[in-house]
Amino acid sequence: MSAESTLLYLDGVSVSFDGFKALNSLSLVMMPGEMRAIIGPNGAGKTTMMDVITGKTRPDTGTILFEGGTDLTRLREAAIANLGIGRKFQRPTVFEPHTVWDNLELALKAPRRPLKTLTYAISRDDRSRIEEILDITRLSALRSRQAGSLSHGQKQWLEIGMLLAQDPKLLLVDEPVAGMTDAETEQTAELLCSIAGKHSVIVVEHDMSFVRALGVKVTVLAEGSVLAEGSLDAVSANQQVIDTYLGR
Amino acid sequence: MLLRFFLMGLDRKAGIVLTILAILAVAVPVMTLWVPADSPFHLSVFTVSLLGKYLCFALLALALDLVWGYCGILSLGHAAFFAIGGYAMGMYLMRQIGPRGVYGNPVLPDFMVFLNWKELPWYWLGFDQFWFAAIMVLVVPGALAFAFGWFAFRSRVTGVYLSIITQALTFALLLAFFRNDMGFGGNNGLTDFKDILGYDIQADTTRVALFVATVAALALSYMIASGVIASKLGKVLVALRDAESRVRFMGYDTESYKLFAWTLSACMAGVAGALYVPQVGIINPSEFAPASSIEAVIWVAVGGRGTLAGAILGAVLVNMGKSYFTGALPELWLFALGGLFVAVTLFLPKGLLGLGGQLKAKLPGRKTAALPNVQPANHTADQKGA
Ligand SMILES: Nc1ncnc2c1ncn2[C@@H]1O[C@H](COP(=O)(O)OP(=O)(O)OP(=O)(O)O)[C@@H](O)[C@H]1O
Ligand SMILES: [Mg+2]
Repeated sequence: MSAESTLLYLDGVSVSFDGFKALNSLSLVMMPGEMRAIIGPNGAGKTTMMDVITGKTRPDTGTILFEGGTDLTRLREAAIANLGIGRKFQRPTVFEPHTVWDNLELALKAPRRPLKTLTYAISRDDRSRIEEILDITRLSALRSRQAGSLSHGQKQWLEIGMLLAQDPKLLLVDEPVAGMTDAETEQTAELLCSIAGKHSVIVVEHDMSFVRALGVKVTVLAEGSVLAEGSLDAVSANQQVIDTYLGR
Repeated sequence: MLLRFFLMGLDRKAGIVLTILAILAVAVPVMTLWVPADSPFHLSVFTVSLLGKYLCFALLALALDLVWGYCGILSLGHAAFFAIGGYAMGMYLMRQIGPRGVYGNPVLPDFMVFLNWKELPWYWLGFDQFWFAAIMVLVVPGALAFAFGWFAFRSRVTGVYLSIITQALTFALLLAFFRNDMGFGGNNGLTDFKDILGYDIQADTTRVALFVATVAALALSYMIASGVIASKLGKVLVALRDAESRVRFMGYDTESYKLFAWTLSACMAGVAGALYVPQVGIINPSEFAPASSIEAVIWVAVGGRGTLAGAILGAVLVNMGKSYFTGALPELWLFALGGLFVAVTLFLPKGLLGLGGQLKAKLPGRKTAALPNVQPANHTADQKGA
């Protein structure tokens, strides 16, 4: 497959930590507007895959291209983020001393250079965008609460809201529903589905009912490479997948 | 735009700080120059210079709090920037002595004549002009901080390692300034100043004017610092203090943010040093001693890290304590300082300014939900993302 029309193109990406291969010749292709669920056992390399895409970890070998041409392996984290790749961490990390509103304001797509932020005054557009996101993430009533005082689920939502504020082309979402109630999980699935289309999304998740609710193509990772790819039903029927992951 | 920037930082706390400073700027001159010497309200010139010295330290503490409290950079070398600012001012004051030195050389300071130097080293040129020295007070500490920060932050040196290299920086400068051939007066430093801007440096009015200038510098720096903190840039700083890599993944180049705050802070420390030197009448390499920088950290910790006002309070109180102890019980001062630091770390993690909040939280029936507050966590938990 040619890389040109793709949004994200990983080919033969390997990463090893002290000899241990966290990613082993991983290849993955995302089209613009696509949503993809990634599943796989603990230690399969799901988070590491996000690390190499976002510049946190440098791959030993392999190609990572964004929008068909930009080589992500040469860029630093901030530069990659500014290309339009946003990330939600496995453990929710919001800026605890800041209010919910300020967290969103910091994430909001706007010039990122120090002198621009020093003189930044919030515009009407920015304000209504933040209002909109507060609304989507159901945090409107909590806007002036310190993020550190939110519940776990609310923090997860705030972080998704921050991703939306960043308005990236590609969202990488690591275990968004870990620790959420069933109702929250369902709402999160709805939220992510409403985002997809305008943005491309990669969701890593262990929760199978959540993955089912997303109803998108699934990639199964194991031991650092792709084990199977297809609809959830198709991969669930795959004998290898059952053996290494689902069956356990 | 500049006005908006300053207004942004003006909250209630800033109002209190600026009011106190304004009162000092008026009351101290009146009490020194116009209240008769036999009145109980009279202030001696000695006291004025002592207060001025405290406020110089307060400015150093403010500068340190900007980087430690808001960016999480624990500098153990901030006195270096203070001392460099002091040396820049000292060089101007030396050149003002002119032919009144012991050797009567119109151009060369005494220590250079003593070393048999025939002409002024190039880096002393221009320091006969006040405006030039004033610019150097900002530029030299700022440039050094910029270069140091550029390398340190780009290489992603953080935490204890960063603290250690800041300490190494000030120690290296200490050794360098001790050398006579550096051209800064060796271990005697620069002293015997005669006048500043044409006014006798010992005159009462000059001393009072220096005090007022210090108050003004502190007020202006406070306004700049709180304006920066209140801006979006300040919010980025606090965010990166607690979760730097998260901020990077949002597209902020955290290194340049730290560099901005670090350089600004060094410039403020330089101004503090420049105001300190004419008030104490000497600058020598001991200002570079690692202990000076560590003391500054204690002032900030005592007053309350990450509060700006706390830094000022801590610097003034600890130095008042130091003046008292070194007069009354000189051998006990270091123990008192060490004990104070331990006590504050154990019992007042948020310093004196955090005391109110701490008491409130302890009161029964007042379980505030918003407990995590703007002050830094005790550890910098930079998430691994895993
Ligand atoms: N910085 C690192 N240093 C050493 N080993 C690492 C590092 N990061 C990840 N690993 C190892 O790489 C492997 C893959 O880890 P990764 O976090 O990508 O797994 P994961 O698929 O996200 O698992 P989980 O479902 O538990 O989140 C693990 O064995 C982990 O211990
Ligand atoms: Mg993971």
